Amino acid sequence: MLDKKIRILIAKPGLDGHDRGVKVVAQLLRDAGMEVIYTGLHQTVEQIVETAIQEDVDVIGLSILSGAHFPITEKLMKKMKDTAMNDVLIIVGGNIPQRDINNLQALGVKGVFPTGSKFEDIIKFIKIHAG
Amino acid sequence: MQGETVKDIQKKVKDVVLESGIKVKPVYTPDDVKKIDYKKDIQNPGEYPYTRGIHPFMYCERPWTMRQYSGFATAIETNKRFKYLIKQGQTGLNVAFDLPTQMGLDSDDIRAEGEVGRVGMAVDTLKDMEYAFEGIPLDKISTSLTINSTAAILLAMYIVVAEKQGLSTDKIRGTAQNDILKEYIGRGTWIFPVEPSLRLITDTIEYCSKYIPKYYPVSVCGYHIRESGANPVQEIAYAFLIAKAYIQSALGRGIDANDFISRISFNFDIHGNFFEQIAKFRAARRLWAKIVKKEFDATNPKAMMMKMIAGGGGGGLTIEQPENNIVRGAYYALISALSGTQTMALCSYDEAYTIPSEKAAIISLRTMQILIEEMGLCDTADPLGGSYYIEALTDQLEDKIVDCMNKVEKRGGIVEAISKGEIQKEVSRQAYLYEKMLQSGELVKVGVNKYRIAEEERNIEFHEYDPSLVKKQKKMLNQIKETRNNKRVSSSLDKLQAIAQTDENLMPYIIECVKAYATIGEITSVLEDVFGKFKEPVRI
Repeated sequence: MLDKKIRILIAKPGLDGHDRGVKVVAQLLRDAGMEVIYTGLHQTVEQIVETAIQEDVDVIGLSILSGAHFPITEKLMKKMKDTAMNDVLIIVGGNIPQRDINNLQALGVKGVFPTGSKFEDIIKFIKIHAG
Repeated sequence: MQGETVKDIQKKVKDVVLESGIKVKPVYTPDDVKKIDYKKDIQNPGEYPYTRGIHPFMYCERPWTMRQYSGFATAIETNKRFKYLIKQGQTGLNVAFDLPTQMGLDSDDIRAEGEVGRVGMAVDTLKDMEYAFEGIPLDKISTSLTINSTAAILLAMYIVVAEKQGLSTDKIRGTAQNDILKEYIGRGTWIFPVEPSLRLITDTIEYCSKYIPKYYPVSVCGYHIRESGANPVQEIAYAFLIAKAYIQSALGRGIDANDFISRISFNFDIHGNFFEQIAKFRAARRLWAKIVKKEFDATNPKAMMMKMIAGGGGGGLTIEQPENNIVRGAYYALISALSGTQTMALCSYDEAYTIPSEKAAIISLRTMQILIEEMGLCDTADPLGGSYYIEALTDQLEDKIVDCMNKVEKRGGIVEAISKGEIQKEVSRQAYLYEKMLQSGELVKVGVNKYRIAEEERNIEFHEYDPSLVKKQKKMLNQIKETRNNKRVSSSLDKLQAIAQTDENLMPYIIECVKAYATIGEITSVLEDVFGKFKEPVRI
């Protein structure tokens, strides 16, 4: 049986415009054989959820570097619940201090990948949890 | 050396290739610089083509300006930090704004939620700028505003604050970053499409050249382009192409090149190979002089002198073993001093995590003061001039920058390449390749992919985000909206909207809006109604 390609929405929520990391990860995951959808900067949580529904993704990866990871992730998780999107794997990357990782996971984020995370760890994690 | 010939040793030395693609030889000799004509290619400091620096005696006359980046939550807090830094010997200010201010949103806008006052100071109206600069003489302390898509509005506020301090506009000093083209490549705080954004920049250049002759209206940033992944050659090449685009646009308004090109400055990055950075700046200075002289027919030497701010780059710093960043910062400062910079805004060791803590900001300031007052960096101009390696590398880098610029110009120019997302794609490709090299260990980063400490404790002070300050900010905004003359606000905004549809310079009209205490959000949305929004060409 052929493996179905993992579909992942890479999203840049809010006002933060630092997109070096998000574009690196998008290229990485595409090279790792995933179907990557990247929608560009300044996305609202509503836009992200809508795209996720339309594109029928398995994973949403948020990239946040401004420090606003809590308010944004909280909002996204709520919206996901409201739209009954409970089977989508949520991961967060960016400028995330070590001490915030547990609290993000408590919100329902499955994987947190701070700046400098190993490529192989990101790929492995997604393949295990969304494959 | 017993029995070993030079050739044998050469075989053992491993090939070194710089990020720019230049192969480094194990030794440089007079042969490597024999084609260089000192009078023509290097010259004394202060003389065309300014390879060795733009002033005859460089730092002997006056050390570089020390200008650390700072800005916290509200204007009142920021004002306190400014005064503290000035008291510690800092000679210029560099203002950080929060993202809503950078994106033209008021603090009470739903889209600003969670971001108000987070990465810098929140500005809603003129009132905030009045508080921020209370007691700071704007004719003596030169202030740099790190703002781009809303720069025209912030500049208008700055002008009005200076007027309220009793200064005539010809006395106002300072710099606005105001480089929108690089925002499309990196950093991403764009609002409007490319063309109207370019018009706003040109309006500020024109306005400043007429009324605020001491102000630097644009600081072209190679910095963020490099931070987004570009190599040192691309950093300079793209920055120069962007600067040329602004100049061409301003020339279209009939402003004399000799008048305003000297008021355009550059903001560059420092990280990576020590010598490559120094040669990069020397090559850039020489090339810029040639471009301004030959392509824009300038005769004013001041217009040919490349003025720069450089003090490291966050991209070179690491989250791992953060104290190592203090050492890196010291080398970046040394590079900057050896490169003849005019202003240093040294990165702080905690920059990979947070906006600089007070402790980190002071360490950066002391790093520069140590170079100036203990290490003799200001004793003689361009101490590295004449080094076989540095001069040969300077030459090679200049050639590479020229090639890179030509490639873009042949494809239709920088404005088109940015509008289509071509430069962005090139830069993010470069970032990916760089990251791959880091991950494979091909490129060493100490403490990250070599000499790593497992389970290290990271003792770093975070800048805490205080939600109560957001409440204060919103309250003040509400008070202003209630007490201002709302008729005057709407008539000034209507007028701005009407003029935005013509070719007339918008600055006087933005100043009127600002004086009426119109908010940054109100002014931006009026402009957005006319200009529309940029549609990002996403190309990976």
